[in-house]
Amino acid sequence: MGKLEGKVAFITGAARGQGRSHAIRLAQEGADIIAIDLMGPVASVAYPMSTPADMEQTVKEVEALDRRIIASQADVRDIAALRTAVAQGTAELGPVDIILANAGIAPQGGPDADQDLAFHEVVEVNLAGVRNTVQAAVPSMIEKGQGGAIVLTSSTQGLTGRGGDGSGGSEGYAAAKHGVVGLMRTYANWLAQYSIRVNTVHPTGVNTPMVVNEVMQRYLTENPEVGNALQNLMPVPMVEAVDISNAIAFLVSDDARYITGVTLPVDAGFTVR
Amino acid sequence: MGMLEGKVAFVTGAARGQGRSHALRLAQEGADIIAVDLCGQIDTVPYPMATPEDLQQTVREVEALDRRIVATQADVRDTAALTAALDDGVAQLGRLDIVAANAGIASYAAVEDVSDQMWDDMIGTNLSGVFKTVRAAVPHLKANEDGGSVVLTSSTAGIMGMAHLAHYVAAKHGVVGLMKVFAIELAPHMIRVNSVHPTTVNTDMVQNQGTYDLFRPDLAPGTATRDDAGDAFLTLNLLPVKWVEPVDISNAVVFLASDMARYVTGVQLPVDAGSVIK
Repeated sequence: MGKLEGKVAFITGAARGQGRSHAIRLAQEGADIIAIDLMGPVASVAYPMSTPADMEQTVKEVEALDRRIIASQADVRDIAALRTAVAQGTAELGPVDIILANAGIAPQGGPDADQDLAFHEVVEVNLAGVRNTVQAAVPSMIEKGQGGAIVLTSSTQGLTGRGGDGSGGSEGYAAAKHGVVGLMRTYANWLAQYSIRVNTVHPTGVNTPMVVNEVMQRYLTENPEVGNALQNLMPVPMVEAVDISNAIAFLVSDDARYITGVTLPVDAGFTVR
Repeated sequence: MGMLEGKVAFVTGAARGQGRSHALRLAQEGADIIAVDLCGQIDTVPYPMATPEDLQQTVREVEALDRRIVATQADVRDTAALTAALDDGVAQLGRLDIVAANAGIASYAAVEDVSDQMWDDMIGTNLSGVFKTVRAAVPHLKANEDGGSVVLTSSTAGIMGMAHLAHYVAAKHGVVGLMKVFAIELAPHMIRVNSVHPTTVNTDMVQNQGTYDLFRPDLAPGTATRDDAGDAFLTLNLLPVKWVEPVDISNAVVFLASDMARYVTGVQLPVDAGSVIK
């Protein structure tokens, strides 16, 4: 018997990486999944984004756990698309109990040509996208009237500016991820009356295609001062996606029934260093 | 199959309240327990403290889970007694993986009324006691190839200021400083160190007249009831709850102690119904 039997989770950025891992981990605990992902390019992002084939893989893996999943293509910058995805998902699976605002981009190391675009796009996706995700899905949760749990994916860059280099990608990423903490705090205050809990997770570098790609690795090699600043305290270069999923599985379960308003680093000691 | 099979956990203040709950939750997940508690009164503490009978109850409940427990009466202020109890436990149970530095006391007074004795008892137990607990445990933890996990019990009072609790707030903030230093020093050994920050918990340390009076200064001393205090506790929290249960803190401790949190270190984890961001 899993800890999330009968629950429905809405997860953004679910085609691969942390989002897919979250979908699988929550499904292991018994949850059904409403999954969305852009599955397409963003102009300032130079590494390959996810594809429909990636999402098919997420669907396969959730279904292999004998859980239901409703997956669709949607951009977190488009709140109407998110509302449609939530409406379609809840029509099949019932109201939302869990929201994971996970979708994000990292344009660091992208083309130098348009730093302004990189800043704006990362703020749109990583901050406004989180706001859109909550606003699109939380009415279903409030209406159900049985509480709920929301986890927003911030970053160590939501708690520190370490490694900042003035590029549009890095300033936008840090600003957006710090902004997510503000959203978490205001939502935790707003939604407590409905017994809906809201927390953030703050991963250090995670072994996913957003970090482990040619563009990011070249960026870190060409800017060794950035790479050095991003070392963890524990002797591990990166954490795995499932480590973030485990923290989220805890936060959304009844084991954490009175945890709200918390910034939870999963960062091998990065922020305490 | 529990998440902590084969592990051994050291829990201070284990006779009752959160400490007993931690011992039971850790044992439910498969851990054997080394338990200590003062099992006696400290003069400046205005409520009855735990007894040897309480500690025996913890022993019975852990053994009922088919786990082993080595329980000793010891004061966390007494390095020699604390170290002897821990070393004896490790000798009997074979190893040490987890530390829950939980022992703590509460007392209340306006700044000018905090006596030297109140201050010394508080800092001695709630801050120095945590230091001495971890200092005694570190050699055992370092002996492990796969590291370990230390959880220090701070408080919302380790993050916020609270009136009439200067000595308590100072000790609980100090615990956060210890946590950060321990996390930094011990990371190379894969030993993780985090703090938990409970809001009001439904235990004897809270459910007593001294606490009720503190939270209802509008009522005549000695007259505030549990319900009166509950109304005041409710206003501390964002979620509509008066207090949390010991098991809620234990669940956070279990998470932090387990491989679910294998890369979580240096973290302050409130279990506070949103109190610190209200």
